[in-house]
Amino acid sequence: MRPPLDDQRTTVYKVDPEHPGSPSLPTLRTEEMMLNMGPQHPSTHGVLKVVLALEGERIVKATPVLGFLHRGVEKLAEDGTYHQFIPHTDRLDYICAMYNNFAYCRAVEKLLDLTVPPRAEYLRTIVAEVQRIIGHQFWLGTQALDIGAMTVFFYTFRDREILLDFFDELCGARLTTSWYRIGGVERDFTPDLIDKLRRFIDYFPPKLDEYITFLETNRIWLSRTKGVAVISAEDAVNFGLSGPTLRGSGVDYDLRKFEPYAAYDQCEWSVPVGKNGDTYDRYWVRVEEMRESLKMVRQLIEKLPDGPIMADVPSVTLPPKARVFNDLASMIQQFKLFSEGFKAPTGEIYCGTEAAKGELGFYIVSTGEGKPYRLKIRAPSFIHMGAFDYMARGYMIADIVTIFGTYDIVMGECDR
Amino acid sequence: MNLIQVGRDHEKDGGLGVHLVTLEKVVNWARKGSLWPMTFGLACCAIEMIASVSARYDIDRYGAGVFRASPRQSDLMIVAGTVCVRMAPVIRKIYDQMPEPRYVIAMGSCATSGNIYDSYSVVQGVDRFIPVDIYVPGCPPTPEALFDGILKLQDQIMQRSVFYKKPPEVAQG
Amino acid sequence: MHPTAERIQQVFPEAFQRAEEWRGDLTIHVAPEHLYEVCRFLHDDPDLDFDYIVHVSSVDWPDHPERFEVVYEFYSIRRRARIRVKTRVPEEDCVVDSMTDIWKGADFMEREVFDMMGIRFRNHPNLVRILMPDDYPEGYPLRKDFPLRGKGWRDTFPFLGEKS
Repeated sequence: MRPPLDDQRTTVYKVDPEHPGSPSLPTLRTEEMMLNMGPQHPSTHGVLKVVLALEGERIVKATPVLGFLHRGVEKLAEDGTYHQFIPHTDRLDYICAMYNNFAYCRAVEKLLDLTVPPRAEYLRTIVAEVQRIIGHQFWLGTQALDIGAMTVFFYTFRDREILLDFFDELCGARLTTSWYRIGGVERDFTPDLIDKLRRFIDYFPPKLDEYITFLETNRIWLSRTKGVAVISAEDAVNFGLSGPTLRGSGVDYDLRKFEPYAAYDQCEWSVPVGKNGDTYDRYWVRVEEMRESLKMVRQLIEKLPDGPIMADVPSVTLPPKARVFNDLASMIQQFKLFSEGFKAPTGEIYCGTEAAKGELGFYIVSTGEGKPYRLKIRAPSFIHMGAFDYMARGYMIADIVTIFGTYDIVMGECDR
Repeated sequence: MNLIQVGRDHEKDGGLGVHLVTLEKVVNWARKGSLWPMTFGLACCAIEMIASVSARYDIDRYGAGVFRASPRQSDLMIVAGTVCVRMAPVIRKIYDQMPEPRYVIAMGSCATSGNIYDSYSVVQGVDRFIPVDIYVPGCPPTPEALFDGILKLQDQIMQRSVFYKKPPEVAQG
Repeated sequence: MHPTAERIQQVFPEAFQRAEEWRGDLTIHVAPEHLYEVCRFLHDDPDLDFDYIVHVSSVDWPDHPERFEVVYEFYSIRRRARIRVKTRVPEEDCVVDSMTDIWKGADFMEREVFDMMGIRFRNHPNLVRILMPDDYPEGYPLRKDFPLRGKGWRDTFPFLGEKS
């Protein structure tokens, strides 16, 4: 548990008059020490810098210094059409690119009041949940690696590659996918891909048990995660935390249940919720979420309806690729959409989506032009870093790596 | 380079054959087979760099698997990701801390040219402030592409001269 | 009008400007000098109970006399309701009250708004730049009059001349 922290930052150790060990011993003073950690540090998951104020081994204050990966994405968004921003969203949270595409496309669809055909909704949900599994696998591997349990890293990455192959076949890229389109998806599943997914669903649960065995029989890993980075439910809500970080504290805030979108209300699943709000509970939540995702994918594949994969609104959505090469009108439509974009109605929306890290939201202001007037990204990693100082105070310096890892932070999203 | 063939003809009696080779080649051969990269991920490409260490790809097959956290122990810097202006002095400092001979791979389009991030805070290519040996294209490059870059770098290392001091590197923006 | 908006209009007639609903999002416009009270009420009132801060954002309207718009978005986890609170400030006096002591999460979000748009927050505990360096010379990047490629800062490498 978190040891109590003295308010007295500077402690003066005096020689005990009862036992004067050495009469010439001067009064010892300890002082607060500043330690720069990062931006080049193997466990900061990118380019995060933290200035730690230490009292001995104890963290007194941890100030995150952000912005080492600030790429000006929000400014770039104002310079391109709505379609052109999709590749930018890949590179926000580059571990879960599909989910970012999803969140962005949903936001634009809300702005346009566009309905997506049911098959596309199902495909979107399946791929989003596969992406969630990848994200959590990645987290599990790297978090264990940071704490020193290296084996899990190799095991999770082995299984992650299977899903990345799936993505590779689906859209031609492993990480930066850009598979979602405004109004639908870019390409349909082939029967082979569905077979692949089915095989993975049967293959993965024993492997997941394997990871758990590795970690939960490891006393060092347990003692480094239990009771570390504790945050209470009230504080977590007050800080605006979301995703597994919040659910580990016992709040069942999950937008997939609260504001059901896509096909999440078409399948049965539950929201795993932790109790203690420590790193171990968040780990547990993520592992259970992987199981729930598998459950969802299994159900949705069986129920996958037939039909188009793209809404048919010629002023906004792209024509099918096969038609573009054969039909002049479709080609002109494609050309116009990519060069000029479409005009969105005047107004503003906020649309949040439950990504693997937490609530990823897009606030879009439109003035009726072909470009967003203002696009604000509500990135969960950035908001989680806001609670970092609060959660790190009082712990030992060795715990700082666990506290970084507990949020599943990605700097591309944090700094934008 | 036929140094590896030492002893092949005499495997039965255990004796070693005599081979003539320049010392320069031996040194280069040793250098290329023990590239120690630095754990230095900036953005998306870092994830592929991590994947290349992991079980399927195994960067260690090329002798470049000993990832070091400290620049003073490493001789290969893989600049993996978008280089922001704020990060530039840090990268330069890390580069300066690396012992000679040192090699730099610019992994991905962002490190090569800034990629789609033509904005106010992104350096348009890491070669503006450190010399780069190999550019690996891709966004992000797959682990195979990174290995191709490492193999190309190994070819380059074999061509280098060891026993005279090379002129100081010029890096200007 | 939406019942939440009506409630705020009753309690704060002098602060409430107007409310609008579009695509299911409720937005209320509030006078900047009363923003803090309204937000405090939104958080504390048991019937409203907006305990979760979603984002703090800002929009630049260069042609408008009150140039900057500060946007807060809150969510009530218990009621599953969302509200957006907006206020307008002119460029000469772009200061609004900080919400940091109501929602601790507002700390970083407001710092980001300050960094990107240059809007200052009264009573903020640590209002310094967060994404750009403290000595960033070019102003506030998300303002509309700021060029996308900056004003040359990205091509300067002062550390190159130094002896290391």
